[in-house]
This record gives sequence, structure tokens and C-alpha cells, in this order.
Amino acid sequence: MSDPVGVPRAVVLGHAGFAAGIVGAARAIAGEAAHFAVVSNEGLDTAGIEAALGGWLAQGVRVIFTDLPAGSTTMAARRLQRTTPELVVITGTSLPLLLDFAFSDAPPAIAARDAADRAKLAIMVTGGSA
Amino acid sequence: MPLDLHRIDDRLIHGQVVVGWGQPLELRVIVLVDDEVAGSEWEQDLYRMGVPPDMTVVFCTVADAVAQHATFVADARHAMLLTGDIDTMARLCAELPAIRRVNLGGIHHKPGRHQRLRYVFLADDEEQALRALAGRGVEITAQDLPSARPVPLAELLAGATSA
Repeated sequence: MSDPVGVPRAVVLGHAGFAAGIVGAARAIAGEAAHFAVVSNEGLDTAGIEAALGGWLAQGVRVIFTDLPAGSTTMAARRLQRTTPELVVITGTSLPLLLDFAFSDAPPAIAARDAADRAKLAIMVTGGSA
Repeated sequence: MPLDLHRIDDRLIHGQVVVGWGQPLELRVIVLVDDEVAGSEWEQDLYRMGVPPDMTVVFCTVADAVAQHATFVADARHAMLLTGDIDTMARLCAELPAIRRVNLGGIHHKPGRHQRLRYVFLADDEEQALRALAGRGVEITAQDLPSARPVPLAELLAGATSA
């Protein structure tokens, strides 16, 4: 599988190896459509995370997917919204969320919101006894 | 003791604090001591967003925290006091002899800092500040999560990087 070329449609930002893992899974399913940049918070303070994201924002990326709503990842992404208000941040990233976004033809900001709405429906509980 | 932990963590409120420590300690209050954050409604909203509904964040300047520390200690709810850097904690400790233990939770890489643990990097002046604190009788250990081994300051400064 070749790497996608050009500016990614979004950044996936997570704790430790989360982003690399989930983007790898998305690419295994969606191929080059899963065109995400990967950023980890490993070894970085909040300012360091912001700096890592800043490079992608400078290239025009305006969607960031994060993992924990309470995490340093989301805090850093949210802080960037102060200077880049059009930036869309989506927390609680899951594989259904990334795949929905990857296959959308809508502009990234719209695709991200639509994908977030649909990904909530992907959480199901089956089996067990009450 | 309701004020269970005095922690230095440059990420301030984040997953390790809210979940990693918050759940086992049943934390209900985080006292965030940072002069800059205490002066910014926008920053405070950001950090409030990062905690669950049953957890309260109190934002303080160093002066406020000194004035209210006894109140925090007397509060029956489990709490953590959090600073984003060593200097802020050292200023608190200088005014509050009641602080006997300090937890180094996360001080990450910046130019001029040397790695001491996976999650602790220290500049020379920061090491001196920690030694000074320890010299005043404050017990300093590095421990990112409750399940990790607390690393005493002496061991930390001796250069161990295995924790």
C-alpha cells in the first residue's frame, strides 16, 4: 500500500501510539482515502503538541480528530481554535468515525461533523444478561 | 487527608490527572494554581471542559492558593493541587510549610532540559530548585500514575531512566 500524497484532509492526534494505530487500521480498510496526518503527544507538553499541530495548520489542515475529551491532546487542539476559529476539533475518535470521514466527498469541516453524528450510532451493546 | 496530592504537571488537566489519578483517588476537586490561567476566562473554560461533571476545578493565583490552602485541606472532598511548573510549586511551598510531599507528574522536553525519566526532563536551575525544596524537608518523588513506582528525587537526579 502506497502512502497518500499531498496535504492530508485531517490530523489524528492521540496519546502514545493511538493515532498511528487507528490511522493504520483506517488505511487497511480504506486505502489512500484514509489520508490523515498522525501526531502523538508522547514526550510533549501542551506547547509542544500545539507546535506539532501548527505545522499541519500552516499547510491548510482545518480538522483535528483527538482521542480523550479530557486529554492533553484535545486541550492543545482546542487552544489552537483561539487563533484559528475555523478549525474543527472532534473528540472520541473511533474507526467508524475516521472511515466515514475518509469516504466523504464533502469539504473536510462538513464531512467531519457529519461523520461525528453517524459515528455515535456505531456504538452498540449486544448480548449479556440484565 | 482530603488534599491528597500536590502535583507538578506541565499538561495541567489531562487524562492522567482526571482518569489515572482521579478515579482511584476519587478526586472531586482540582485546585489549579497558575497565575496566567487564573487571569484568563478562556483558559479556564478550556480546562473545565476537560473534567467530568462531578469534578470541580478551582483556579487560583499563587497568592490565592496560599490564602485558601487551609480551606482546601479542611474540605472533606478528595482533591489534588496542580501546578504547571516547579517554580510555582516552590513558591507555594515557601509560603506553606504544610506541604510535605510533592509529586513530579510530567515535565516534558524543552531545549536546555535533560532527560531524567521518560516523563521528567529538567534544566539545571530546575534541578537546583528541587534540591532546595528537598533541603527544606519536602519529600519529592516522580510518579506519573498511581500504579507506577514512586522514584525518589535522589534517584531521579542520579540519572535513572527506567521508570
